[in-house]
Amino acid sequence: MPDAKRGDLVQIHRIVLEPDQRPDNLPSCTKSVPYECWIKGFLIDEGANMGDEVKIQTFIGREISGILYQVSPIYDHNFGEPQKELVSIGNGVRRQLEKT
Amino acid sequence: MDNSYPAVMSRKKDILKKATGIDYDKFEISPIAFDYEGLMNSCEYSWEDVQGILEETGVGKTALVELKNVTELVRSISLPGRGGRIFVKDEAANPSGSFKDRRAALSVFHAKRLGYKGVVAASSGNYGAAVASQAAKRGLKAIILQEVYDSRKVGQPEILEKTRACEAYGAEVWQLTVGPELFYIMLRVLEETGFFSASLYVPTSVRGIETLGHELAQQVFQKEGRFPDMAIITHAGGGNVTGTARGLKKAGSHNTVVVGVSVDLQGLHMASDIDFNRKSFTTGHTGFGIPFLTWPDRTDVPRNCARGLRYLDRYLSVTQGEVFYTTELLAKLEGIERGPAGNTSLAGAISLARELDRDQILVVQETEYTAAGKLPSSQLTFARENGIEVRRGNPKENVPGKAIVIPERVDQIEIEDIDMEKIRHSYIERAMKITEGYVPTREDLQFLAEDSKSSIDYVRETMKALKVKTAELV
Ligand SMILES: Cc1ncc(COP(=O)(O)O)c(C=O)c1O
Repeated sequence: MPDAKRGDLVQIHRIVLEPDQRPDNLPSCTKSVPYECWIKGFLIDEGANMGDEVKIQTFIGREISGILYQVSPIYDHNFGEPQKELVSIGNGVRRQLEKT
Repeated sequence: MDNSYPAVMSRKKDILKKATGIDYDKFEISPIAFDYEGLMNSCEYSWEDVQGILEETGVGKTALVELKNVTELVRSISLPGRGGRIFVKDEAANPSGSFKDRRAALSVFHAKRLGYKGVVAASSGNYGAAVASQAAKRGLKAIILQEVYDSRKVGQPEILEKTRACEAYGAEVWQLTVGPELFYIMLRVLEETGFFSASLYVPTSVRGIETLGHELAQQVFQKEGRFPDMAIITHAGGGNVTGTARGLKKAGSHNTVVVGVSVDLQGLHMASDIDFNRKSFTTGHTGFGIPFLTWPDRTDVPRNCARGLRYLDRYLSVTQGEVFYTTELLAKLEGIERGPAGNTSLAGAISLARELDRDQILVVQETEYTAAGKLPSSQLTFARENGIEVRRGNPKENVPGKAIVIPERVDQIEIEDIDMEKIRHSYIERAMKITEGYVPTREDLQFLAEDSKSSIDYVRETMKALKVKTAELV
């Protein structure tokens, strides 16, 4: 079974510019790494495995190719952990208001 | 076609002319000066058209809310008789959750009218979502280019949320790593697709924001019988300040003091792969705010219609910790949970209100939506993961990229004035550097004076100090 089949929602990866193709006026930490890109869409190939060169149809119907990077890509940003530096602020200012 | 970096950049002018439908050459007066109002008026929509176009997609007409509890709290720490009234314009109520809908609405409408099949925007923030949302409504395709990841593929949570939002509106999103080559990619995509460049800096964009200043002036007038004393505006690229200030004037509110506020990120380099994830704010910060004031024409169009220095009376910074604290205040005291950008100007307003008399009115001109990735808890979790110290204390001990210090008490929120004199000086110096060898005329001096909200005398003195010869008497 391939990692992804035709029609699956996937994410591809592309190197847009290698370090030596990037402009010279960048900070060295930026200039020393490639300029990369990730795009999501639906797999056009019949089947493909991670790392294969594939074609996708993007959400607006354009065809783009790149290396298969993820199948069913998820949004994994979240609400974070509770912050003890924040949780007491509300009651503190409430008390201050009640005093006035 | 040669798609190397230098080759694409050399085709810039042609690509942009096709993609904006604007011939910028028509507005050039000299190597220094251009016809700013002429360029703004090249946007052929009447004021009624503009309002109608926004209304059609549910943009604008947001509520103006008085923050009575916050004001009360400010008064409790102010001198007797002091503590101005703080109002906020709840821009989060726009379709995609921020004032950027005003900015996108007219451009997307315009693109459709001109027959473009789609729109392209380079934005890691709310503007991308606004363009995607407007495009969905108008039946156009949208491609949004975002700077999201560092070279470890670690993404700023707020920007990851923006990817999600843009994709929720059906856009094709390019998630890129850190680098100014975002512009190069934009040119390539524009050339490849023939789509419209929904730049943040074109006339239609700024005209859309004018409705915000106009509305808030009218709302205050209707409620209070007079115009606001101060408009407090979160500032980054300058569109928010420019549009709001122009709108205030359009409504007849000529004496409102226009105040810009940015989060202090001085010391962090915006194109640095390492610094990228050492900040907790992705816009409304000094990393954009200062360079865009000292040189607005650094954007994706030849001449930028967002020119903050023309309109600002005062420019302030607040710290990251102060904005997190303020976000809590707004939620807990007013029952309004909102995102970082509006809370930046609100933090500024809390400090400013202490200087004002009780009957004076300050308007914080926006809120923005909040969500996973945008909350203080997500941002602070991320900051700690990236080695930033987080603690309560005196916000003056805040160090961008190293320590976030959340105030212990509300009276510790204290704005810093950024020296406008220095900014004006750098602006003129930059103009001279770029046009080296050209001898400025009186018309140029006039332009520089208007563009920096100073005077011909000031420009002349600055040029003298810079040892620039002018052709004024010729
Ligand atoms: C919600 C919000 N407020 C304020 C700003 C700052 O606006 P400007 O870049 O026009 O100065 C931005 C965008 O950068 C934003 O998204």
